Amino acid sequence: MSLQRVAITDEAKKIVQQLKEAHGELIFHQSGGCCDGSAPMIFEKEDMYLDESDILLGNLEDVNYYMNEDQFEYWKHTHLTIDITEGRGSSFSLEIPLGVRFIIKSRLLTDEEAAFFNPKT
Amino acid sequence: MSYTKPNFKEKYGNFINGQFVDPVGGEYFENRSPIDNSVIANYPRSKKEDVQNAVDAANAAKDAWGNTSAAERAGMLNKVADIIEANLEEFALVETCDNGKAIRETINADIPLSVDHWRYFASVIRAEEGTATELDANTLSMNIKEPLGVVAQIIPWNFPLLMLSWKMPPALAAGNCVILKPAEQTPSTATLLMEKIADVFPPGVVNIIHGFGPEAGKPLASNSGVDKVAFTGETTTGQLIMQYASKNLNPVTMELGGKSPNIFFNSVMDEDDAFLDKAIEGAVLFAFNQGEVCTCPSRLLVQEDIYDAFMEKVVARTKAIVQTNPYDSNCMMGAQASNDQYEKILSYINIGKEEGAKVLTGGNACKLEGEFANGYYIEPTILEGHNKMRVFQEEIFGPVLAVTKFKDEAEAIEIANDTLYGLGAGVWTRDAHQLYQIPRAIKAGRVWVNCYHAYPAHAPFGGYKKSGFGRETHLMMMNHYRQNKNMLISYDKNKLGFF
Repeated sequence: MSLQRVAITDEAKKIVQQLKEAHGELIFHQSGGCCDGSAPMIFEKEDMYLDESDILLGNLEDVNYYMNEDQFEYWKHTHLTIDITEGRGSSFSLEIPLGVRFIIKSRLLTDEEAAFFNPKT
Repeated sequence: MSYTKPNFKEKYGNFINGQFVDPVGGEYFENRSPIDNSVIANYPRSKKEDVQNAVDAANAAKDAWGNTSAAERAGMLNKVADIIEANLEEFALVETCDNGKAIRETINADIPLSVDHWRYFASVIRAEEGTATELDANTLSMNIKEPLGVVAQIIPWNFPLLMLSWKMPPALAAGNCVILKPAEQTPSTATLLMEKIADVFPPGVVNIIHGFGPEAGKPLASNSGVDKVAFTGETTTGQLIMQYASKNLNPVTMELGGKSPNIFFNSVMDEDDAFLDKAIEGAVLFAFNQGEVCTCPSRLLVQEDIYDAFMEKVVARTKAIVQTNPYDSNCMMGAQASNDQYEKILSYINIGKEEGAKVLTGGNACKLEGEFANGYYIEPTILEGHNKMRVFQEEIFGPVLAVTKFKDEAEAIEIANDTLYGLGAGVWTRDAHQLYQIPRAIKAGRVWVNCYHAYPAHAPFGGYKKSGFGRETHLMMMNHYRQNKNMLISYDKNKLGFF
């Protein structure tokens, strides 16, 4: 079965490819709260210190997508699609100089997806 | 009263070493107003070379500046306050244009509060004393506060001049040189301030760098010529800045996100009086500044036996919010600060609906007419649900209130603390015991009791948990910008006798 927690739109894929050409290997990290938060951020692979508290949610265009475990606790019943929109953010996410921002579109997991990802123990 | 969009130059520079300079690479970015998506001006797209120039200027200035007297520094801070105050309406208009917030907020809150924070630090630095302790008959321990040297400050776009005025005065009062990077969405009032105060401080003491996070913010936060980084923003960037600071073993202060509970106990409805009226307004303060506040009271907790009657009043008061031209003083809620913010908020309202939250009011974008049709407006929205929903747990940073009910004190405290964050909270009650005991049980740095969204100087502000650390808007912030020099003095003429 090839169910995925995260997906990416074609428009967002183009930006990821563009950033990979400019910066090399990348990761996505889902940020927490405040002004520019609650948004996916993309960094050079070695830029951010990750450990076992960062949950790997999936891989999009060869870019791993992480979220901190305490945040994941509230997100685990939702499916995420990474999209791109015009805009500015003041974080260190690499797409910002292009005048675009990654954003998350969410929906609830289907029953089938929920049974697969969050089996009742 | 209605104002119009202020005039701007075509482009502006960075402010380095006492003057405006073009970015080294010659690149600029276009800044637009979220009110109508019209162009404001072009600002420098700075890179690491520009950052380095600012860091060099600040380092060249720091020794002389650090040796100025408290009286001299206080005089200059007071001068800045006087200049902002004398130009209050101009600053307010520029802020409204750049950020999108209603003019009645910038005129009555952002700008006057900014003035007061400059004055506050001008006054407290004069009243400070070091300490001296006689450890024994011949030994004196003396503590002298010394500035760190060069401080980098990175601020967000929700209160541009006010966040600058929370950050710069304590660092300058403590004798540091500052390099501040405004958010790229809102570079205008920081620039206007530099135009007005260009001659107040010696060159290099105050520097402003514009640009994007990965291109200008990161080189600033990681620069080895910087002695401290102060940041207000979101959690992931906070983590990155702490990593960069760890390479330089630099101290940091962090003011990060929140998901603040606003708790209403049943006694608020014991009387239909002025206090109940104030309490209803307190619940509707989620819409203040379009909800773009780190301490937005975005989780409303209402005791179950008053829930229906209380919410009827809250919904009615929310529906009375006037959304119109933000330059009009009748406007109560302006535009969201940017397109991506607007998209994100709508996406959250949508996930709230999908998770089963009930829309009590709002729930859509707000369409204004004419030139404002291109701006980013959202209806104040109330979603009824439970605390495990994502709209109850994530900071939306928009005019979206998530409401739920609680049975008793224990459940109110449990829900209030069931969050990653701990920045602000509100407690409303007529019960004298609850007034003290509930705030003590809430894990947050600021608990407003029978009020909300007040930010006076001399009441320390900062977070618990994932909301960060450090306390601003209080004299204790100056110690986050200083070293302690301990002089241990011996008055004993006799040797130890070891050698």
